[in-house]
Amino acid sequence: MAETLTSRKCSALIIGGSAGSLDVLLEIFPDLKNDINFPIILVTHRKSGNDSLLTDLLQSRTNLSVREAEEKQPILKGNVYITPADYHLLIEDDQTISLDYSEKVNFSRPSIDVTFQSAAEVFKDELVCILLSGSNADGVEGLKTVNKLGGLVVIQNPDTAVMPYMPQQAVNNAKPHVILNSFEMAEFINKLNFKN
Amino acid sequence: MISEAIDNEQIDALLSDVLEVHGYDFLEYSHASIKRRITRLYTLDNFVSFAEFRYTVKSDKQYFKRFLEEITVNVTEMFRDPGFYRSLRNDVLPVLGTYPFIRIWVAGCSTGEEAYSLAILLKELNLLQKSLIYATDINPSVLDKAKKGMFPLNYLKGYSENYVASDGVKDFSSYYTANYSLAKFDESLSSKMIFSTHNLVSDHSFNEFQLILCRNVLIYFDKELQHKVFQLFDNSLEKLGYLALGSKESLDFWPKAKEYKRVKLEKIWRKL
Repeated sequence: MAETLTSRKCSALIIGGSAGSLDVLLEIFPDLKNDINFPIILVTHRKSGNDSLLTDLLQSRTNLSVREAEEKQPILKGNVYITPADYHLLIEDDQTISLDYSEKVNFSRPSIDVTFQSAAEVFKDELVCILLSGSNADGVEGLKTVNKLGGLVVIQNPDTAVMPYMPQQAVNNAKPHVILNSFEMAEFINKLNFKN
Repeated sequence: MISEAIDNEQIDALLSDVLEVHGYDFLEYSHASIKRRITRLYTLDNFVSFAEFRYTVKSDKQYFKRFLEEITVNVTEMFRDPGFYRSLRNDVLPVLGTYPFIRIWVAGCSTGEEAYSLAILLKELNLLQKSLIYATDINPSVLDKAKKGMFPLNYLKGYSENYVASDGVKDFSSYYTANYSLAKFDESLSSKMIFSTHNLVSDHSFNEFQLILCRNVLIYFDKELQHKVFQLFDNSLEKLGYLALGSKESLDFWPKAKEYKRVKLEKIWRKL
Protein backbone atom coordinates (compact mmCIF):
# COMPACT_ATOMS: atom_id res chain seq x y z
CA MET A 1 0.00 0.00 0.00
CA ALA A 2 2.80 2.41 0.87
CA GLU A 3 4.18 1.92 -2.65
CA THR A 4 1.06 3.18 -4.39
CA LEU A 5 0.67 6.05 -1.94
CA THR A 6 4.19 7.30 -2.47
CA SER A 7 3.95 7.08 -6.23
CA ARG A 8 1.87 10.25 -6.42
CA LYS A 9 3.19 13.76 -6.83
CA CYS A 10 4.44 15.50 -3.69
CA SER A 11 4.77 19.30 -3.90
CA ALA A 12 5.36 19.84 -0.19
CA LEU A 13 5.96 17.84 2.95
CA ILE A 14 4.95 19.27 6.32
CA ILE A 15 6.12 17.55 9.50
CA GLY A 16 4.42 18.50 12.78
CA GLY A 17 5.62 17.41 16.19
CA SER A 18 5.63 18.29 19.84
CA ALA A 19 7.10 16.66 22.94
CA GLY A 20 9.21 13.68 21.94
CA SER A 21 9.46 14.58 18.26
CA LEU A 22 13.04 15.85 18.26
CA ASP A 23 14.48 12.34 18.59
CA VAL A 24 12.47 11.27 15.55
CA LEU A 25 13.70 14.22 13.49
CA LEU A 26 17.26 13.46 14.48
CA GLU A 27 16.73 9.89 13.35
CA ILE A 28 15.14 10.88 10.03
CA PHE A 29 17.48 13.63 8.86
CA PRO A 30 20.77 11.73 8.38
CA ASP A 31 19.00 9.27 6.05
CA LEU A 32 17.27 11.78 3.77
CA LYS A 33 18.51 11.74 0.19
CA ASN A 34 20.32 14.83 -1.06
CA ASP A 35 18.10 15.17 -4.12
CA ILE A 36 14.75 15.56 -2.37
CA ASN A 37 12.68 17.45 -4.94
CA PHE A 38 10.06 19.07 -2.72
CA PRO A 39 10.27 21.51 0.20
CA ILE A 40 10.02 20.26 3.80
CA ILE A 41 8.43 22.48 6.44
CA LEU A 42 8.78 21.65 10.13
CA VAL A 43 6.29 22.86 12.72
CA THR A 44 7.37 21.96 16.22
CA HIS A 45 6.27 23.28 19.60
CA ARG A 46 9.19 24.79 21.44
CA LYS A 47 10.08 27.62 23.75
CA SER A 48 11.07 30.92 22.20
CA GLY A 49 14.64 31.88 22.85
CA ASN A 50 17.49 30.13 21.16
CA ASP A 51 16.06 30.12 17.66
CA SER A 52 19.06 28.73 15.84
CA LEU A 53 19.53 25.67 18.02
CA LEU A 54 17.12 23.35 16.20
CA THR A 55 18.28 24.67 12.82
CA ASP A 56 21.93 23.96 13.66
CA LEU A 57 21.12 20.57 15.12
CA LEU A 58 19.31 19.41 11.98
CA GLN A 59 21.69 21.10 9.53
CA SER A 60 24.57 19.13 11.02
CA ARG A 61 22.76 15.93 10.02
CA THR A 62 21.84 16.57 6.39
CA ASN A 63 23.14 18.06 3.15
CA LEU A 64 19.76 19.63 2.46
CA SER A 65 19.70 23.33 3.31
CA VAL A 66 18.01 23.88 6.71
CA ARG A 67 16.88 27.39 7.65
CA GLU A 68 14.42 29.21 9.82
CA ALA A 69 11.41 30.29 7.77
CA GLU A 70 11.16 34.00 6.99
CA GLU A 71 8.05 35.90 6.00
CA LYS A 72 7.42 36.31 2.23
CA GLN A 73 10.11 33.70 1.49
CA PRO A 74 9.36 31.41 -1.45
CA ILE A 75 9.42 27.74 -0.46
CA LEU A 76 11.80 25.86 -2.73
CA LYS A 77 12.41 22.18 -3.31
CA GLY A 78 15.28 20.56 -1.46
CA ASN A 79 15.08 23.09 1.35
CA VAL A 80 13.98 22.55 4.94
CA TYR A 81 12.12 25.41 6.63
CA ILE A 82 11.72 25.54 10.39
CA THR A 83 8.79 27.52 11.78
CA PRO A 84 10.12 30.18 14.15
CA ALA A 85 9.10 29.92 17.79
CA ASP A 86 6.07 32.03 18.74
CA TYR A 87 4.71 32.53 15.19
CA HIS A 88 2.14 30.60 13.17
CA LEU A 89 3.28 29.70 9.66
CA LEU A 90 0.87 30.02 6.73
CA ILE A 91 1.37 29.28 3.03
CA GLU A 92 0.23 31.77 0.40
CA ASP A 93 -1.19 30.72 -2.98
CA ASP A 94 2.04 31.81 -4.66
CA GLN A 95 3.89 29.34 -2.40
CA THR A 96 5.53 31.91 -0.20
CA ILE A 97 5.53 31.94 3.58
CA SER A 98 3.46 34.23 5.81
CA LEU A 99 4.12 34.47 9.52
CA ASP A 100 1.33 35.32 11.90
CA TYR A 101 1.37 36.38 15.54
CA SER A 102 -2.32 35.86 16.25
CA GLU A 103 -3.87 33.99 19.19
CA LYS A 104 -2.48 30.61 20.16
CA VAL A 105 -4.34 27.61 18.79
CA ASN A 106 -4.47 24.51 21.02
CA PHE A 107 -2.37 26.53 23.49
CA SER A 108 0.34 26.53 20.83
CA ARG A 109 2.09 29.06 18.61
CA PRO A 110 3.18 27.82 16.19
CA SER A 111 0.17 25.58 15.86
CA ILE A 112 0.47 22.50 13.66
CA ASP A 113 -3.24 22.73 12.77
CA VAL A 114 -2.76 26.22 11.32
CA THR A 115 0.05 25.17 8.96
CA PHE A 116 -1.56 21.88 7.94
CA GLN A 117 -4.84 23.66 7.07
CA SER A 118 -3.17 26.48 5.21
CA ALA A 119 -0.91 24.12 3.22
CA ALA A 120 -3.85 21.83 2.40
CA GLU A 121 -5.70 24.70 0.75
CA VAL A 122 -2.70 25.52 -1.43
CA PHE A 123 -1.29 22.09 -2.31
CA LYS A 124 -4.47 19.99 -2.06
CA ASP A 125 -3.73 16.44 -3.28
CA GLU A 126 -0.03 17.17 -3.73
CA LEU A 127 0.53 17.64 -0.01
CA VAL A 128 1.99 15.11 2.43
CA CYS A 129 1.71 15.74 6.18
CA ILE A 130 3.38 13.72 8.92
CA LEU A 131 2.35 14.05 12.57
CA LEU A 132 4.86 12.90 15.20
CA SER A 133 4.96 12.39 18.94
CA GLY A 134 3.31 14.93 21.24
CA SER A 135 1.14 15.40 24.28
CA ASN A 136 -1.73 17.57 23.10
CA ALA A 137 -4.16 17.26 20.21
CA ASP A 138 -2.66 19.91 17.92
CA GLY A 139 -2.47 18.69 14.33
CA VAL A 140 -5.59 16.53 14.37
CA GLU A 141 -7.98 19.12 12.92
CA GLY A 142 -5.36 20.06 10.36
CA LEU A 143 -4.99 16.45 9.25
CA LYS A 144 -8.76 16.21 8.77
CA THR A 145 -8.57 19.14 6.35
CA VAL A 146 -5.58 17.60 4.57
CA ASN A 147 -7.51 14.38 4.18
CA LYS A 148 -10.61 16.16 2.91
CA LEU A 149 -8.65 18.08 0.28
CA GLY A 150 -6.92 14.97 -1.00
CA GLY A 151 -3.53 15.15 0.72
CA LEU A 152 -1.68 12.22 2.22
CA VAL A 153 -1.96 11.77 6.01
CA VAL A 154 0.92 10.02 7.74
CA ILE A 155 1.16 9.46 11.49
CA GLN A 156 3.89 8.15 13.72
CA ASN A 157 2.93 4.83 15.27
CA PRO A 158 1.69 5.88 18.75
CA ASP A 159 3.11 2.65 20.22
CA THR A 160 6.61 3.81 19.38
CA ALA A 161 6.15 7.52 20.15
CA VAL A 162 7.69 8.98 23.30
CA MET A 163 4.44 10.88 23.83
CA PRO A 164 1.69 8.80 22.21
CA TYR A 165 -1.27 11.13 22.93
CA MET A 166 -1.01 13.36 19.86
CA PRO A 167 -0.48 10.62 17.25
CA GLN A 168 -3.13 8.48 18.96
CA GLN A 169 -5.70 11.29 18.72
CA ALA A 170 -4.83 11.62 15.05
CA VAL A 171 -5.09 7.88 14.42
CA ASN A 172 -8.52 7.86 16.09
CA ASN A 173 -9.89 10.94 14.35
CA ALA A 174 -8.05 11.85 11.16
CA LYS A 175 -8.20 8.67 9.06
CA PRO A 176 -4.49 8.22 8.31
CA HIS A 177 -3.33 6.67 5.06
CA VAL A 178 -0.10 5.44 6.59
CA ILE A 179 1.15 4.74 10.10
CA LEU A 180 4.92 4.49 10.37
CA ASN A 181 7.55 3.68 12.94
CA SER A 182 10.24 6.31 13.26
CA PHE A 183 12.87 4.10 11.61
CA GLU A 184 10.66 3.73 8.52
CA MET A 185 10.13 7.44 7.95
CA ALA A 186 13.29 8.45 6.12
CA GLU A 187 12.79 5.75 3.52
CA PHE A 188 9.15 6.76 3.12
CA ILE A 189 10.10 10.40 2.58
CA ASN A 190 12.81 9.46 0.08
CA LYS A 191 10.27 7.50 -1.94
CA LEU A 192 8.01 10.56 -2.23
CA ASN A 193 10.62 11.80 -4.69
CA PHE A 194 9.64 9.09 -7.14
CA LYS A 195 6.91 10.68 -9.28
CA ASN A 196 7.78 14.36 -9.31
CA MET B 1 -12.88 24.94 12.25
CA ILE B 2 -12.76 23.60 8.72
CA SER B 3 -12.80 26.23 6.06
CA GLU B 4 -13.78 24.49 2.86
CA ALA B 5 -16.85 26.69 2.57
CA ILE B 6 -14.94 29.89 1.79
CA ASP B 7 -12.96 30.31 -1.41
CA ASN B 8 -10.68 33.09 -2.59
CA GLU B 9 -13.36 34.74 -4.75
CA GLN B 10 -15.67 35.06 -1.75
CA ILE B 11 -12.89 36.61 0.31
CA ASP B 12 -12.16 39.13 -2.44
CA ALA B 13 -15.85 39.99 -2.80
CA LEU B 14 -16.17 40.56 0.94
CA LEU B 15 -13.03 42.71 1.09
CA SER B 16 -14.23 44.75 -1.89
CA ASP B 17 -17.50 45.44 -0.03
CA VAL B 18 -15.53 46.49 3.03
CA LEU B 19 -13.51 48.96 0.97
CA GLU B 20 -16.51 50.30 -0.89
CA VAL B 21 -18.92 50.64 2.03
CA HIS B 22 -16.65 51.27 5.01
CA GLY B 23 -13.50 52.66 3.40
CA TYR B 24 -11.07 50.14 4.88
CA ASP B 25 -8.69 48.56 2.37
CA PHE B 26 -7.60 45.02 3.21
CA LEU B 27 -6.95 43.96 -0.38
CA GLU B 28 -3.19 44.24 0.03
CA TYR B 29 -3.05 42.26 3.24
CA SER B 30 -1.30 38.87 3.14
CA HIS B 31 -3.96 36.65 1.69
CA ALA B 32 -3.45 33.52 3.79
CA SER B 33 -3.63 35.46 7.05
CA ILE B 34 -6.68 37.54 6.21
CA LYS B 35 -8.47 34.49 4.83
CA ARG B 36 -7.79 32.61 8.04
CA ARG B 37 -9.07 35.53 10.17
CA ILE B 38 -12.25 35.83 8.10
CA THR B 39 -12.87 32.08 8.17
CA ARG B 40 -12.31 32.06 11.92
CA LEU B 41 -14.84 34.87 12.50
CA TYR B 42 -17.36 33.34 10.13
CA THR B 43 -17.18 30.04 12.02
CA LEU B 44 -17.12 31.68 15.45
CA ASP B 45 -20.28 33.70 14.80
CA ASN B 46 -22.23 30.79 13.33
CA PHE B 47 -23.48 32.37 10.15
CA VAL B 48 -25.71 30.05 8.12
CA SER B 49 -24.18 31.12 4.82
CA PHE B 50 -21.37 33.23 3.51
CA ALA B 51 -23.94 35.43 1.75
CA GLU B 52 -25.53 36.25 5.10
CA PHE B 53 -22.12 36.97 6.61
CA ARG B 54 -21.23 39.23 3.70
CA TYR B 55 -24.54 41.09 3.95
CA THR B 56 -24.13 41.62 7.70
CA VAL B 57 -20.60 42.95 7.32
CA LYS B 58 -21.84 45.26 4.60
CA SER B 59 -24.95 46.66 6.22
CA ASP B 60 -24.65 46.30 10.00
CA LYS B 61 -22.43 49.10 11.39
CA GLN B 62 -22.33 47.55 14.85
CA TYR B 63 -21.25 44.20 13.46
CA PHE B 64 -18.63 45.86 11.30
CA LYS B 65 -16.95 47.13 14.48
CA ARG B 66 -16.62 43.55 15.60
CA PHE B 67 -15.41 42.50 12.16
CA LEU B 68 -12.67 45.12 12.22
CA GLU B 69 -11.58 44.12 15.71
CA GLU B 70 -11.54 40.40 14.92
CA ILE B 71 -9.88 40.27 11.53
CA THR B 72 -6.99 42.47 12.59
CA VAL B 73 -4.59 40.72 14.95
CA ASN B 74 -4.43 42.46 18.32
CA VAL B 75 -2.17 40.07 20.19
CA THR B 76 0.64 41.96 21.91
CA GLU B 77 2.50 42.00 25.21
CA MET B 78 4.67 44.25 27.39
CA PHE B 79 8.44 44.14 26.87
CA ARG B 80 8.03 41.51 24.17
CA ASP B 81 11.48 40.34 22.98
CA PRO B 82 13.46 41.62 25.99
CA GLY B 83 16.64 41.96 23.90
CA PHE B 84 14.86 44.53 21.75
CA TYR B 85 13.91 46.63 24.77
CA ARG B 86 17.44 46.29 26.15
CA SER B 87 18.72 47.78 22.93
CA LEU B 88 16.17 50.64 23.09
CA ARG B 89 17.22 51.32 26.66
CA ASN B 90 20.98 51.16 26.08
CA ASP B 91 21.54 52.16 22.44
CA VAL B 92 18.61 54.23 21.14
CA LEU B 93 16.94 56.26 23.89
CA PRO B 94 20.20 57.68 25.35
CA VAL B 95 20.90 59.16 21.89
CA LEU B 96 17.40 60.61 21.68
CA GLY B 97 17.88 61.95 25.20
CA THR B 98 20.30 64.54 23.82
CA TYR B 99 17.42 66.15 21.90
CA PRO B 100 15.33 68.90 23.53
CA PHE B 101 12.11 67.08 22.73
CA ILE B 102 11.39 63.46 21.75
CA ARG B 103 8.55 62.47 19.44
CA ILE B 104 7.78 58.76 19.10
CA TRP B 105 5.19 57.01 16.94
CA VAL B 106 3.91 53.56 17.91
CA ALA B 107 2.17 52.54 14.69
CA GLY B 108 -0.34 49.71 15.04
CA CYS B 109 -0.26 50.01 18.84
CA SER B 110 -3.24 47.70 19.41
CA THR B 111 -4.18 47.70 23.13
CA GLY B 112 -1.12 49.76 24.06
CA GLU B 113 1.25 47.32 25.77
CA GLU B 114 4.26 48.51 23.75
CA ALA B 115 3.47 52.20 24.29
CA TYR B 116 3.35 51.62 28.06
CA SER B 117 6.58 49.60 27.95
CA LEU B 118 8.24 52.47 26.13
CA ALA B 119 6.90 55.01 28.61
CA ILE B 120 8.40 52.96 31.46
CA LEU B 121 11.81 53.00 29.74
CA LEU B 122 11.58 56.75 29.17
CA LYS B 123 10.61 57.32 32.77
CA GLU B 124 13.54 55.30 34.07
CA LEU B 125 15.91 57.28 31.84
CA ASN B 126 14.35 60.54 33.08
CA LEU B 127 13.19 61.37 29.57
CA LEU B 128 9.45 60.94 29.86
CA GLN B 129 8.72 64.57 30.75
CA LYS B 130 10.17 65.76 27.43
CA SER B 131 8.68 62.96 25.34
CA LEU B 132 5.44 62.51 23.46
CA ILE B 133 4.26 59.08 22.32
CA TYR B 134 1.77 59.03 19.45
CA ALA B 135 0.02 55.66 19.60
CA THR B 136 -2.13 54.87 16.59
CA ASP B 137 -4.16 51.94 15.31
CA ILE B 138 -6.65 51.28 12.54
CA ASN B 139 -9.12 50.04 15.10
CA PRO B 140 -10.93 52.51 17.43
CA SER B 141 -12.00 49.92 19.99
CA VAL B 142 -8.46 48.77 20.81
CA LEU B 143 -7.47 52.41 21.28
CA ASP B 144 -10.22 52.78 23.90
CA LYS B 145 -8.62 49.92 25.78
CA ALA B 146 -5.13 51.37 25.35
CA LYS B 147 -6.23 54.72 26.80
CA LYS B 148 -7.39 53.02 29.99
CA GLY B 149 -3.98 51.41 30.57
CA MET B 150 -5.55 48.38 32.22
CA PHE B 151 -4.21 44.93 31.40
CA PRO B 152 -5.31 41.50 32.65
CA LEU B 153 -3.53 40.76 35.91
CA ASN B 154 -2.78 37.16 34.95
CA TYR B 155 -0.42 38.37 32.19
CA LEU B 156 1.62 40.54 34.54
CA LYS B 157 3.89 37.78 35.78
CA GLY B 158 5.11 37.19 32.22
CA TYR B 159 5.44 40.94 31.56
CA SER B 160 7.42 41.32 34.77
CA GLU B 161 9.81 38.54 33.67
CA ASN B 162 10.21 40.23 30.27
CA TYR B 163 10.90 43.54 32.03
CA VAL B 164 13.62 42.01 34.21
CA ALA B 165 15.16 40.24 31.18
CA SER B 166 15.28 43.60 29.36
CA ASP B 167 17.54 45.04 32.12
CA GLY B 168 14.67 46.60 34.07
CA VAL B 169 15.90 47.34 37.58
CA LYS B 170 12.84 48.59 39.44
CA ASP B 171 10.10 46.61 41.09
CA PHE B 172 7.75 46.16 38.11
CA SER B 173 4.71 46.17 40.39
CA SER B 174 5.47 49.77 41.34
CA TYR B 175 4.08 50.81 37.93
CA TYR B 176 0.56 49.52 38.46
CA THR B 177 -2.13 48.95 41.02
CA ALA B 178 -4.02 45.68 41.00
CA ASN B 179 -7.76 46.06 40.86
CA TYR B 180 -9.74 42.82 40.82
CA SER B 181 -8.55 41.02 37.69
CA LEU B 182 -6.87 44.06 36.11
CA ALA B 183 -3.62 45.94 36.55
CA LYS B 184 -4.08 49.68 36.14
CA PHE B 185 -0.90 51.37 34.99
CA ASP B 186 0.23 54.65 36.49
CA GLU B 187 -1.36 57.67 34.82
CA SER B 188 1.97 59.47 34.68
CA LEU B 189 2.81 56.98 31.90
CA SER B 190 -0.28 57.65 29.79
CA SER B 191 -0.10 61.42 30.39
CA LYS B 192 2.56 61.53 27.67
CA MET B 193 0.58 59.48 25.13
CA ILE B 194 -1.70 60.69 22.37
CA PHE B 195 -4.06 58.07 20.97
CA SER B 196 -5.53 58.35 17.52
CA THR B 197 -6.85 56.19 14.71
CA HIS B 198 -4.53 55.96 11.75
CA ASN B 199 -4.70 53.55 8.84
CA LEU B 200 -1.26 52.66 7.50
CA VAL B 201 -2.83 51.65 4.19
CA SER B 202 -4.61 54.89 3.37
CA ASP B 203 -3.58 57.69 5.76
CA HIS B 204 -0.64 60.00 5.29
CA SER B 205 2.28 61.10 7.37
CA PHE B 206 1.12 63.43 10.17
CA ASN B 207 4.32 64.49 11.92
CA GLU B 208 8.07 63.97 12.05
CA PHE B 209 9.45 61.56 14.61
CA GLN B 210 12.79 60.50 16.01
CA LEU B 211 11.61 56.96 16.66
CA ILE B 212 8.92 54.88 14.98
CA LEU B 213 7.94 51.50 16.41
CA CYS B 214 5.87 49.22 14.22
CA ARG B 215 6.23 45.65 15.39
CA ASN B 216 4.38 42.63 14.05
CA VAL B 217 2.12 44.71 11.84
CA LEU B 218 3.92 44.44 8.51
CA ILE B 219 3.90 40.63 8.54
CA TYR B 220 0.20 40.91 7.66
CA PHE B 221 0.84 43.05 4.57
CA ASP B 222 1.93 41.92 1.13
CA LYS B 223 5.29 43.05 -0.19
CA GLU B 224 4.02 46.03 -2.20
CA LEU B 225 2.07 47.35 0.76
CA GLN B 226 5.08 46.83 3.04
CA HIS B 227 7.13 49.01 0.72
CA LYS B 228 4.45 51.72 0.68
CA VAL B 229 4.40 51.72 4.47
CA PHE B 230 8.20 51.93 4.62
CA GLN B 231 7.92 55.00 2.40
CA LEU B 232 5.33 56.46 4.78
CA PHE B 233 7.69 55.86 7.69
CA ASP B 234 10.56 57.35 5.73
CA ASN B 235 8.46 60.48 5.18
CA SER B 236 7.68 60.58 8.90
CA LEU B 237 11.18 60.04 10.25
CA GLU B 238 13.75 62.75 10.91
CA LYS B 239 17.28 62.32 9.65
CA LEU B 240 19.14 60.10 12.15
CA GLY B 241 15.81 58.87 13.48
CA TYR B 242 15.19 55.21 14.29
CA LEU B 243 12.75 52.67 12.84
CA ALA B 244 11.99 49.56 14.94
CA LEU B 245 10.29 46.47 13.49
CA GLY B 246 9.15 43.07 14.82
CA SER B 247 11.57 40.22 15.33
CA LYS B 248 10.70 38.56 11.99
CA GLU B 249 10.34 41.72 9.93
CA SER B 250 13.03 43.37 7.87
CA LEU B 251 13.83 46.46 5.85
CA ASP B 252 16.27 44.44 3.72
CA PHE B 253 14.33 44.10 0.46
CA TRP B 254 13.09 47.67 0.36
CA PRO B 255 14.98 49.61 -2.36
CA LYS B 256 15.82 52.51 -0.01
CA ALA B 257 17.17 50.23 2.73
CA LYS B 258 20.73 51.32 1.93
CA GLU B 259 19.86 54.74 3.31
CA TYR B 260 19.43 53.07 6.70
CA LYS B 261 21.95 51.47 9.01
CA ARG B 262 21.09 48.53 11.25
CA VAL B 263 21.63 49.00 15.01
CA LYS B 264 23.51 45.96 16.26
CA LEU B 265 21.59 42.70 15.92
CA GLU B 266 18.12 43.97 16.80
CA LYS B 267 15.47 44.88 14.22
CA ILE B 268 16.23 48.58 14.60
CA TRP B 269 17.45 50.76 11.73
CA ARG B 270 18.79 54.31 11.80
CA LYS B 271 18.06 56.72 8.97
CA LEU B 272 21.27 58.16 7.57
